[in-house]
Amino acid sequence: MSEKKRVGVQNYRFIELEPTPTTAWGKFKRVLKRSVKLELFVGLKVTFREMFKALFMGEMHTVKYPLEKLPISPRYRAIHEMKRLLESGHYRCIGCGLCEKICISDCIRMDTRYDENQRKEVVEYTINFGRCIFCGYCAEVCPELAITHGGRYETASEQRASFSLFEDMLTPIDKLKEQKEYPGFGAISPNADENIKKTPLAY
Amino acid sequence: MDGYIIGTIIKAVLILLILSALAGFGTYLERKVLAFMQRRLGPYHVGPYGLLQILADGIKLFTKEDFIPAGANRIIFMIAPAITAATAFIALAAVPLLPEFTIFGIKVRPIVSDLNIGLLFVIAMMGVGLYGPLLAGMAQENKWGLLGSARTAVQFLSYEVVTGLSILAPIMMVGSLSLIDFNNYQAGGISHWIIWKQPLAFILFLISGYAETNRTPFDLLEHEAEIISGYATEYSGLRWGMFFIGEYTNMITIGFLASLIFLGGFNPLGFIPGGIAIILKVSFFFFLMLWIRAAWPHIRPDQLMWLCWKVLMPLAVLNILITGIVMMV
Repeated sequence: MSEKKRVGVQNYRFIELEPTPTTAWGKFKRVLKRSVKLELFVGLKVTFREMFKALFMGEMHTVKYPLEKLPISPRYRAIHEMKRLLESGHYRCIGCGLCEKICISDCIRMDTRYDENQRKEVVEYTINFGRCIFCGYCAEVCPELAITHGGRYETASEQRASFSLFEDMLTPIDKLKEQKEYPGFGAISPNADENIKKTPLAY
Repeated sequence: MDGYIIGTIIKAVLILLILSALAGFGTYLERKVLAFMQRRLGPYHVGPYGLLQILADGIKLFTKEDFIPAGANRIIFMIAPAITAATAFIALAAVPLLPEFTIFGIKVRPIVSDLNIGLLFVIAMMGVGLYGPLLAGMAQENKWGLLGSARTAVQFLSYEVVTGLSILAPIMMVGSLSLIDFNNYQAGGISHWIIWKQPLAFILFLISGYAETNRTPFDLLEHEAEIISGYATEYSGLRWGMFFIGEYTNMITIGFLASLIFLGGFNPLGFIPGGIAIILKVSFFFFLMLWIRAAWPHIRPDQLMWLCWKVLMPLAVLNILITGIVMMV
Protein backbone atom coordinates (compact mmCIF):
# COMPACT_ATOMS: atom_id res chain seq x y z
CA MET A 1 0.00 0.00 0.00
CA SER A 2 2.87 2.29 0.67
CA GLU A 3 3.91 2.11 -2.98
CA LYS A 4 0.59 3.50 -4.16
CA LYS A 5 0.67 6.46 -1.80
CA ARG A 6 4.11 7.55 -2.85
CA VAL A 7 2.87 10.44 -4.95
CA GLY A 8 4.74 13.59 -5.64
CA VAL A 9 8.31 14.75 -5.49
CA GLN A 10 8.82 14.82 -1.76
CA ASN A 11 9.30 11.09 -1.29
CA TYR A 12 6.93 10.57 1.57
CA ARG A 13 7.56 7.20 2.98
CA PHE A 14 6.21 5.03 5.68
CA ILE A 15 8.48 3.99 8.49
CA GLU A 16 8.38 0.28 9.03
CA LEU A 17 7.61 0.02 12.72
CA GLU A 18 7.79 -3.33 14.41
CA PRO A 19 5.53 -4.07 17.35
CA THR A 20 7.14 -3.15 20.66
CA PRO A 21 8.59 -6.26 22.31
CA THR A 22 6.98 -7.24 25.58
CA THR A 23 9.31 -9.92 26.86
CA ALA A 24 12.69 -9.17 28.38
CA TRP A 25 14.43 -11.31 25.77
CA GLY A 26 12.65 -9.44 22.99
CA LYS A 27 13.70 -6.09 24.45
CA PHE A 28 17.28 -7.28 24.74
CA LYS A 29 17.25 -8.46 21.14
CA ARG A 30 15.95 -5.07 20.01
CA VAL A 31 18.66 -3.21 21.91
CA LEU A 32 21.29 -5.50 20.44
CA LYS A 33 19.94 -5.05 16.93
CA ARG A 34 19.80 -1.30 17.25
CA SER A 35 23.31 -1.13 18.66
CA VAL A 36 24.86 -3.37 16.03
CA LYS A 37 23.03 -1.69 13.15
CA LEU A 38 24.63 1.62 14.25
CA GLU A 39 21.37 3.51 13.90
CA LEU A 40 22.74 6.25 16.14
CA PHE A 41 25.28 7.20 13.52
CA VAL A 42 22.51 7.85 11.01
CA GLY A 43 21.37 10.68 13.28
CA LEU A 44 24.89 12.07 13.41
CA LYS A 45 25.12 11.86 9.63
CA VAL A 46 21.86 13.76 9.16
CA THR A 47 22.82 16.64 11.44
CA PHE A 48 26.24 16.93 9.84
CA ARG A 49 24.72 16.92 6.39
CA GLU A 50 22.30 19.67 7.38
CA MET A 51 25.18 21.74 8.78
CA PHE A 52 27.16 21.27 5.56
CA LYS A 53 24.17 22.26 3.45
CA ALA A 54 23.42 25.29 5.61
CA LEU A 55 26.99 26.56 5.60
CA PHE A 56 28.18 25.83 2.09
CA MET A 57 25.11 25.32 -0.08
CA GLY A 58 23.07 28.33 0.99
CA GLU A 59 20.28 26.46 2.73
CA MET A 60 20.33 28.55 5.89
CA HIS A 61 16.76 29.05 7.00
CA THR A 62 17.14 32.22 9.03
CA VAL A 63 15.61 35.37 7.57
CA LYS A 64 17.44 38.37 9.01
CA TYR A 65 14.06 40.02 9.49
CA PRO A 66 14.51 43.77 9.72
CA LEU A 67 17.18 43.59 7.02
CA GLU A 68 15.40 41.22 4.68
CA LYS A 69 11.74 40.39 4.39
CA LEU A 70 9.78 37.54 2.92
CA PRO A 71 7.36 38.41 0.10
CA ILE A 72 3.81 38.78 1.34
CA SER A 73 0.69 37.81 -0.49
CA PRO A 74 -0.98 40.55 -2.57
CA ARG A 75 -4.19 39.65 -0.73
CA TYR A 76 -2.57 40.67 2.53
CA ARG A 77 -4.75 43.10 4.44
CA ALA A 78 -2.57 45.57 6.31
CA ILE A 79 -2.78 49.39 6.69
CA HIS A 80 -5.13 50.93 4.14
CA GLU A 81 -4.05 52.91 1.13
CA MET A 82 -5.95 55.74 -0.52
CA LYS A 83 -5.46 55.76 -4.26
CA ARG A 84 -5.30 58.69 -6.69
CA LEU A 85 -6.63 59.04 -10.20
CA LEU A 86 -3.79 58.35 -12.59
CA GLU A 87 -4.69 61.13 -15.08
CA SER A 88 -5.35 64.11 -12.85
CA GLY A 89 -3.66 63.06 -9.63
CA HIS A 90 -6.83 63.93 -7.69
CA TYR A 91 -7.82 61.49 -4.99
CA ARG A 92 -10.34 58.91 -6.09
CA CYS A 93 -12.58 59.11 -3.03
CA ILE A 94 -15.95 60.60 -3.91
CA GLY A 95 -17.11 60.88 -0.35
CA CYS A 96 -20.00 58.43 -0.74
CA GLY A 97 -19.59 57.14 2.81
CA LEU A 98 -20.17 53.46 2.00
CA CYS A 99 -17.01 52.38 3.78
CA GLU A 100 -18.08 54.24 6.88
CA LYS A 101 -21.46 52.50 6.80
CA ILE A 102 -20.21 48.96 6.15
CA CYS A 103 -17.40 49.08 8.69
CA ILE A 104 -18.37 46.41 11.23
CA SER A 105 -16.09 47.67 13.95
CA ASP A 106 -17.22 51.21 13.35
CA CYS A 107 -13.77 52.64 13.07
CA ILE A 108 -13.98 54.77 9.92
CA ARG A 109 -15.05 58.37 10.38
CA MET A 110 -15.44 60.70 7.43
CA ASP A 111 -16.82 64.17 6.87
CA THR A 112 -17.56 65.77 3.51
CA ARG A 113 -18.81 69.06 2.11
CA TYR A 114 -19.48 70.66 -1.27
CA ASP A 115 -16.56 72.68 -2.58
CA GLU A 116 -16.83 75.80 -4.77
CA ASN A 117 -17.47 73.65 -7.88
CA GLN A 118 -20.33 71.83 -6.12
CA ARG A 119 -18.25 68.65 -6.03
CA LYS A 120 -18.03 66.55 -2.91
CA GLU A 121 -14.79 67.05 -1.05
CA VAL A 122 -13.43 64.95 1.81
CA VAL A 123 -12.58 67.24 4.69
CA GLU A 124 -11.92 64.58 7.27
CA TYR A 125 -11.19 60.89 6.93
CA THR A 126 -9.71 58.81 9.71
CA ILE A 127 -9.52 55.13 10.51
CA ASN A 128 -9.12 54.14 14.14
CA PHE A 129 -6.56 51.36 13.92
CA GLY A 130 -7.06 50.55 17.54
CA ARG A 131 -10.42 49.13 16.52
CA CYS A 132 -9.96 48.12 12.89
CA ILE A 133 -10.05 44.36 12.47
CA PHE A 134 -8.72 44.50 8.90
CA CYS A 135 -11.70 42.61 7.54
CA GLY A 136 -11.47 44.30 4.15
CA TYR A 137 -15.16 45.24 3.80
CA CYS A 138 -14.30 48.90 3.16
CA ALA A 139 -12.07 47.97 0.24
CA GLU A 140 -14.68 45.52 -1.01
CA VAL A 141 -17.52 48.01 -1.00
CA CYS A 142 -15.67 51.02 -2.46
CA PRO A 143 -17.18 51.79 -5.88
CA GLU A 144 -14.16 53.82 -7.03
CA LEU A 145 -11.37 51.43 -5.94
CA ALA A 146 -10.25 54.36 -3.83
CA ILE A 147 -9.57 52.59 -0.54
CA THR A 148 -7.63 49.33 -0.59
CA HIS A 149 -5.47 47.40 1.78
CA GLY A 150 -1.72 47.75 1.44
CA GLY A 151 1.25 45.67 2.54
CA ARG A 152 2.42 47.90 5.36
CA TYR A 153 2.34 45.46 8.26
CA GLU A 154 4.90 47.01 10.62
CA THR A 155 2.44 49.07 12.59
CA ALA A 156 4.30 49.83 15.78
CA SER A 157 4.29 53.56 16.32
CA GLU A 158 4.40 56.16 19.03
CA GLN A 159 0.91 57.38 18.30
CA ARG A 160 -2.15 55.57 17.14
CA ALA A 161 -2.85 58.42 14.75
CA SER A 162 0.42 57.90 12.89
CA PHE A 163 -1.13 55.87 10.09
CA SER A 164 -4.72 56.79 10.26
CA LEU A 165 -5.15 60.22 8.66
CA PHE A 166 -6.29 60.60 5.09
CA GLU A 167 -3.05 62.32 4.04
CA ASP A 168 -0.95 59.50 5.49
CA MET A 169 -2.81 56.84 3.57
CA LEU A 170 -3.04 58.78 0.34
CA THR A 171 -0.50 57.96 -2.36
CA PRO A 172 2.06 60.81 -2.35
CA ILE A 173 1.59 62.95 -5.46
CA ASP A 174 5.21 62.43 -6.58
CA LYS A 175 4.83 58.66 -6.27
CA LEU A 176 1.81 58.61 -8.56
CA LYS A 177 3.69 56.72 -11.27
CA GLU A 178 4.48 53.92 -8.82
CA GLN A 179 0.91 53.52 -7.62
CA LYS A 180 -0.20 49.94 -8.11
CA GLU A 181 -3.74 48.76 -8.54
CA TYR A 182 -5.02 46.35 -5.97
CA PRO A 183 -5.00 42.98 -7.73
CA GLY A 184 -8.17 41.91 -5.99
CA PHE A 185 -9.18 39.40 -3.43
CA GLY A 186 -8.51 36.43 -5.71
CA ALA A 187 -4.94 37.47 -6.45
CA ILE A 188 -2.15 34.96 -6.09
CA SER A 189 1.17 35.70 -4.45
CA PRO A 190 4.14 36.59 -6.68
CA ASN A 191 6.00 33.38 -5.84
CA ALA A 192 2.93 31.16 -6.22
CA ASP A 193 4.63 28.98 -8.83
CA GLU A 194 7.42 28.11 -6.44
CA ASN A 195 5.00 27.24 -3.70
CA ILE A 196 3.07 24.69 -5.73
CA LYS A 197 4.00 21.17 -4.77
CA LYS A 198 2.41 17.84 -5.25
CA THR A 199 0.80 16.38 -2.19
CA PRO A 200 -0.29 12.79 -1.70
CA LEU A 201 -3.99 12.85 -2.49
CA ALA A 202 -4.69 9.21 -3.25
CA TYR A 203 -7.18 8.37 -0.57
CA MET B 1 62.57 24.99 45.30
CA ASP B 2 61.35 28.59 45.22
CA GLY B 3 61.39 28.47 41.45
CA TYR B 4 59.28 25.34 41.56
CA ILE B 5 56.65 26.98 43.75
CA ILE B 6 56.54 30.16 41.66
CA GLY B 7 56.40 28.11 38.46
CA THR B 8 53.54 26.03 39.82
CA ILE B 9 51.60 29.13 40.85
CA ILE B 10 52.11 30.69 37.42
CA LYS B 11 50.98 27.50 35.74
CA ALA B 12 47.91 27.22 37.96
CA VAL B 13 46.88 30.82 37.32
CA LEU B 14 47.46 30.45 33.58
CA ILE B 15 45.38 27.28 33.43
CA LEU B 16 42.63 28.93 35.45
CA LEU B 17 42.54 32.00 33.20
CA ILE B 18 42.85 30.21 29.87
CA LEU B 19 40.41 27.46 30.73
CA SER B 20 37.73 29.82 32.04
CA ALA B 21 38.13 31.92 28.89
CA LEU B 22 37.86 28.74 26.82
CA ALA B 23 34.75 27.77 28.75
CA GLY B 24 33.18 31.07 27.75
CA PHE B 25 34.26 30.53 24.18
CA GLY B 26 32.81 27.04 24.45
CA THR B 27 29.35 28.45 25.07
CA TYR B 28 29.71 30.52 21.90
CA LEU B 29 30.89 27.49 19.93
CA GLU B 30 28.06 25.38 21.25
CA ARG B 31 25.43 27.91 20.27
CA LYS B 32 26.99 28.41 16.87
CA VAL B 33 27.43 24.72 16.02
CA LEU B 34 23.97 23.78 17.27
CA ALA B 35 22.53 26.63 15.22
CA PHE B 36 24.30 25.51 12.05
CA MET B 37 23.09 21.95 12.55
CA GLN B 38 19.54 23.26 12.81
CA ARG B 39 20.13 25.55 9.81
CA ARG B 40 20.03 28.71 11.91
CA LEU B 41 22.61 31.47 12.18
CA GLY B 42 23.21 31.49 15.92
CA PRO B 43 24.71 34.52 17.68
CA TYR B 44 25.08 37.05 14.92
CA HIS B 45 24.57 40.66 15.87
CA VAL B 46 27.13 41.40 18.59
CA GLY B 47 30.53 41.90 17.03
CA PRO B 48 31.97 40.08 14.00
CA TYR B 49 30.20 36.73 13.58
CA GLY B 50 28.62 37.33 16.97
CA LEU B 51 31.95 36.79 18.73
CA LEU B 52 31.34 39.54 21.28
CA GLN B 53 28.24 37.65 22.42
CA ILE B 54 30.51 36.04 25.03
CA LEU B 55 31.29 39.50 26.41
CA ALA B 56 27.63 40.48 26.36
CA ASP B 57 26.69 37.30 28.21
CA GLY B 58 29.45 37.94 30.72
CA ILE B 59 28.21 41.48 31.40
CA LYS B 60 24.70 40.15 31.78
CA LEU B 61 25.77 37.49 34.27
CA PHE B 62 27.85 39.94 36.30
CA THR B 63 25.15 42.55 36.58
CA LYS B 64 22.26 40.22 37.38
CA GLU B 65 20.80 40.18 40.83
CA ASP B 66 22.41 37.55 43.03
CA PHE B 67 19.26 35.98 44.32
CA ILE B 68 18.96 33.57 47.23
CA PRO B 69 15.49 32.14 47.91
CA ALA B 70 14.00 32.73 51.35
CA GLY B 71 13.75 29.07 52.32
CA ALA B 72 17.15 28.08 51.03
CA ASN B 73 20.06 26.96 53.14
CA ARG B 74 22.17 30.05 52.47
CA ILE B 75 25.66 28.70 53.12
CA ILE B 76 25.28 25.52 51.11
CA PHE B 77 23.45 27.41 48.41
CA MET B 78 26.41 29.77 48.09
CA ILE B 79 29.12 27.11 48.30
CA ALA B 80 27.63 24.62 45.82
CA PRO B 81 28.55 26.38 42.54
CA ALA B 82 32.07 26.96 43.83
CA ILE B 83 32.44 23.20 44.36
CA THR B 84 31.56 22.47 40.73
CA ALA B 85 33.84 25.15 39.33
CA ALA B 86 36.75 24.51 41.69
CA THR B 87 36.83 20.73 41.30
CA ALA B 88 36.68 21.10 37.53
CA PHE B 89 39.87 23.18 37.64
CA ILE B 90 41.53 21.03 40.33
CA ALA B 91 40.99 17.98 38.15
CA LEU B 92 43.09 19.64 35.46
CA ALA B 93 46.06 19.84 37.84
CA ALA B 94 47.18 16.32 37.01
CA VAL B 95 46.52 16.54 33.27
CA PRO B 96 49.48 17.31 31.01
CA LEU B 97 48.04 19.84 28.59
CA LEU B 98 50.87 20.25 26.09
CA PRO B 99 54.28 18.70 25.43
CA GLU B 100 57.35 20.17 27.12
CA PHE B 101 58.59 23.39 25.61
CA THR B 102 61.31 25.96 26.30
CA ILE B 103 60.50 29.62 26.91
CA PHE B 104 63.07 32.28 27.98
CA GLY B 105 65.59 29.47 28.39
CA ILE B 106 63.43 27.72 30.99
CA LYS B 107 62.15 24.23 30.33
CA VAL B 108 58.42 24.20 31.02
CA ARG B 109 56.35 21.10 31.66
CA PRO B 110 52.75 22.19 31.13
CA ILE B 111 51.37 20.10 33.97
CA VAL B 112 50.78 21.57 37.39
CA SER B 113 51.75 18.43 39.23
CA ASP B 114 52.77 15.07 37.75
CA LEU B 115 51.16 12.92 40.41
CA ASN B 116 51.89 9.23 40.37
CA ILE B 117 48.14 8.66 40.78
CA GLY B 118 47.27 11.25 38.13
CA LEU B 119 44.36 9.50 36.45
CA LEU B 120 42.82 8.42 39.75
CA PHE B 121 43.08 12.01 41.00
CA VAL B 122 41.35 13.40 37.92
CA ILE B 123 38.52 10.89 38.06
CA ALA B 124 38.10 11.43 41.80
CA MET B 125 37.99 15.21 41.42
CA MET B 126 35.42 15.02 38.64
CA GLY B 127 33.40 12.71 40.87
CA VAL B 128 33.59 15.20 43.76
CA GLY B 129 32.36 17.82 41.29
CA LEU B 130 28.94 16.19 41.38
CA TYR B 131 28.59 17.39 44.97
CA GLY B 132 27.90 20.78 43.39
CA PRO B 133 24.60 19.83 41.71
CA LEU B 134 23.72 17.47 44.55
CA LEU B 135 24.04 20.11 47.28
CA ALA B 136 22.68 22.92 45.10
CA GLY B 137 19.52 20.99 44.35
CA MET B 138 18.88 20.10 47.97
CA ALA B 139 19.77 23.53 49.41
CA GLN B 140 17.41 25.64 47.33
CA GLU B 141 14.03 24.44 48.61
CA ASN B 142 12.59 23.87 45.19
CA LYS B 143 10.93 20.73 43.89
CA TRP B 144 12.69 20.89 40.57
CA GLY B 145 15.99 21.37 42.32
CA LEU B 146 15.29 18.37 44.53
CA LEU B 147 14.45 16.24 41.49
CA GLY B 148 17.65 17.49 39.89
CA SER B 149 19.76 16.41 42.83
CA ALA B 150 17.98 13.06 43.01
CA ARG B 151 18.88 12.57 39.39
CA THR B 152 22.45 13.60 40.17
CA ALA B 153 22.62 10.77 42.66
CA VAL B 154 21.16 8.33 40.11
CA GLN B 155 23.62 9.45 37.50
CA PHE B 156 26.58 9.30 39.84
CA LEU B 157 25.68 5.78 40.94
CA SER B 158 25.34 4.75 37.30
CA TYR B 159 28.33 6.02 35.43
CA GLU B 160 31.08 6.09 38.03
CA VAL B 161 31.54 2.32 38.04
CA VAL B 162 31.79 2.28 34.25
CA THR B 163 34.35 5.09 34.20
CA GLY B 164 36.59 3.27 36.62
CA LEU B 165 36.28 -0.16 35.03
CA SER B 166 36.64 1.07 31.45
CA ILE B 167 40.00 2.75 32.04
CA LEU B 168 41.23 -0.14 34.18
CA ALA B 169 42.19 -2.14 31.09
CA PRO B 170 44.42 0.63 29.61
CA ILE B 171 45.91 1.15 33.08
CA MET B 172 46.77 -2.55 33.22
CA MET B 173 48.50 -2.27 29.85
CA VAL B 174 50.49 0.84 30.71
CA GLY B 175 51.18 -0.13 34.28
CA SER B 176 50.94 3.39 35.64
CA LEU B 177 48.34 5.96 36.61
CA SER B 178 50.36 8.97 35.47
CA LEU B 179 48.99 10.50 32.29
CA ILE B 180 52.53 11.29 31.12
CA ASP B 181 53.31 7.57 31.21
CA PHE B 182 50.18 6.98 29.14
CA ASN B 183 51.46 9.50 26.65
CA ASN B 184 54.93 7.99 26.46
CA TYR B 185 53.47 4.49 26.03
CA GLN B 186 51.92 5.62 22.74
CA ALA B 187 55.00 7.47 21.47
CA GLY B 188 55.47 5.26 18.41
CA GLY B 189 52.87 6.90 16.15
CA ILE B 190 49.29 6.15 15.19
CA SER B 191 49.72 2.37 15.23
CA HIS B 192 50.73 2.52 18.90
CA TRP B 193 47.56 4.26 20.04
CA ILE B 194 45.73 2.39 22.77
CA ILE B 195 42.42 2.78 20.95
CA TRP B 196 43.42 0.01 18.52
CA LYS B 197 44.02 -2.39 21.38
CA GLN B 198 41.13 -1.22 23.55
CA PRO B 199 38.32 -0.04 21.26
CA LEU B 200 35.64 -1.24 23.68
CA ALA B 201 37.24 0.60 26.59
CA PHE B 202 37.36 3.76 24.47
CA ILE B 203 33.63 3.60 23.71
CA LEU B 204 32.76 2.84 27.32
CA PHE B 205 34.95 5.71 28.52
CA LEU B 206 33.33 8.12 26.09
CA ILE B 207 29.83 7.09 27.17
CA SER B 208 30.62 7.46 30.85
CA GLY B 209 32.47 10.69 30.11
CA TYR B 210 29.29 12.12 28.63
CA ALA B 211 27.42 11.09 31.74
CA GLU B 212 30.14 12.66 33.86
CA THR B 213 29.89 16.02 32.13
CA ASN B 214 26.06 15.96 31.93
CA ARG B 215 26.17 16.13 28.17
CA THR B 216 23.15 15.43 26.08
CA PRO B 217 22.34 11.79 25.89
CA PHE B 218 22.63 11.88 29.69
CA ASP B 219 21.78 15.46 30.64
CA LEU B 220 19.26 14.34 33.22
CA LEU B 221 20.31 16.86 35.83
CA GLU B 222 18.84 19.92 34.23
CA HIS B 223 16.74 18.74 31.37
CA GLU B 224 14.62 21.82 30.71
CA ALA B 225 11.65 20.05 29.23
CA GLU B 226 11.15 17.87 32.29
CA ILE B 227 12.47 19.56 35.41
CA ILE B 228 12.77 23.25 34.41
CA SER B 229 16.47 23.55 35.03
CA GLY B 230 17.01 20.90 37.67
CA TYR B 231 19.62 21.81 40.21
CA ALA B 232 20.17 25.25 38.64
CA THR B 233 16.52 26.35 38.85
CA GLU B 234 16.94 28.95 41.59
CA TYR B 235 20.38 30.12 40.56
CA SER B 236 21.02 33.35 38.76
CA GLY B 237 23.89 35.58 37.80
CA LEU B 238 27.44 34.56 38.45
CA ARG B 239 26.61 31.55 40.61
CA TRP B 240 24.70 30.04 37.72
CA GLY B 241 27.62 30.96 35.48
CA MET B 242 30.02 29.07 37.72
CA PHE B 243 28.08 25.84 37.19
CA PHE B 244 28.53 26.30 33.50
CA ILE B 245 32.20 27.21 33.68
CA GLY B 246 32.57 23.96 35.62
CA GLU B 247 30.58 22.00 33.05
CA TYR B 248 32.53 23.32 30.08
CA THR B 249 35.85 22.83 31.85
CA ASN B 250 34.82 19.24 32.53
CA MET B 251 34.04 18.82 28.84
CA ILE B 252 37.55 20.00 27.98
CA THR B 253 39.03 17.72 30.66
CA ILE B 254 37.20 14.69 29.25
CA GLY B 255 38.52 15.66 25.82
CA PHE B 256 42.06 15.78 27.19
CA LEU B 257 41.65 12.46 29.02
CA ALA B 258 40.26 10.68 25.98
CA SER B 259 43.07 12.03 23.78
CA LEU B 260 45.78 11.23 26.32
CA ILE B 261 44.60 7.76 27.24
CA PHE B 262 43.41 6.46 23.89
CA LEU B 263 44.51 8.70 21.04
CA GLY B 264 48.23 9.15 21.53
CA GLY B 265 48.20 12.31 23.63
CA PHE B 266 50.63 15.01 22.66
CA ASN B 267 52.97 12.88 20.60
CA PRO B 268 53.77 14.41 17.22
CA LEU B 269 51.35 13.21 14.58
CA GLY B 270 53.31 12.86 11.36
CA PHE B 271 54.25 16.39 10.36
CA ILE B 272 51.94 17.97 12.97
CA PRO B 273 53.81 18.95 16.17
CA GLY B 274 52.55 17.42 19.40
CA GLY B 275 51.05 20.56 20.89
CA ILE B 276 48.85 21.18 17.87
CA ALA B 277 48.00 17.49 17.63
CA ILE B 278 46.49 17.38 21.10
CA ILE B 279 44.62 20.65 20.57
CA LEU B 280 43.12 19.16 17.40
CA LYS B 281 42.13 16.01 19.24
CA VAL B 282 40.52 17.90 22.11
CA SER B 283 38.71 20.15 19.63
CA PHE B 284 37.39 17.07 17.90
CA PHE B 285 36.04 15.66 21.16
CA PHE B 286 34.48 19.03 22.00
CA PHE B 287 32.84 19.17 18.58
CA LEU B 288 31.66 15.58 19.01
CA MET B 289 29.86 16.57 22.21
CA LEU B 290 28.06 19.41 20.41
CA TRP B 291 27.35 17.19 17.42
CA ILE B 292 25.82 14.51 19.60
CA ARG B 293 23.75 17.13 21.40
CA ALA B 294 22.33 18.22 18.05
CA ALA B 295 21.59 14.70 16.89
CA TRP B 296 20.48 12.50 19.76
CA PRO B 297 17.60 12.65 22.20
CA HIS B 298 18.37 12.17 25.85
CA ILE B 299 17.40 9.13 27.86
CA ARG B 300 15.44 8.61 31.03
CA PRO B 301 17.18 8.14 34.40
CA ASP B 302 16.06 4.53 34.63
CA GLN B 303 17.37 3.88 31.14
CA LEU B 304 20.72 5.36 32.13
CA MET B 305 20.89 3.08 35.15
CA TRP B 306 19.84 0.08 33.06
CA LEU B 307 22.45 0.94 30.45
CA CYS B 308 25.28 1.46 32.89
CA TRP B 309 24.70 -1.48 35.22
CA LYS B 310 23.28 -4.11 32.91
CA VAL B 311 25.12 -3.41 29.65
CA LEU B 312 28.21 -1.29 30.11
CA MET B 313 29.49 -2.72 33.38
CA PRO B 314 29.43 -6.37 32.21
CA LEU B 315 31.13 -5.28 28.99
CA ALA B 316 33.79 -3.42 30.97
CA VAL B 317 34.41 -6.41 33.24
CA LEU B 318 34.62 -8.68 30.21
CA ASN B 319 37.09 -6.28 28.63
CA ILE B 320 39.28 -6.34 31.75
CA LEU B 321 39.11 -10.13 31.85
CA ILE B 322 40.15 -10.51 28.23
CA THR B 323 42.91 -7.92 28.60
CA GLY B 324 44.18 -9.77 31.65
CA ILE B 325 44.18 -13.14 29.87
CA VAL B 326 45.98 -11.67 26.85
CA MET B 327 48.59 -10.05 29.09
CA MET B 328 49.13 -13.31 31.02
CA VAL B 329 49.58 -15.29 27.83
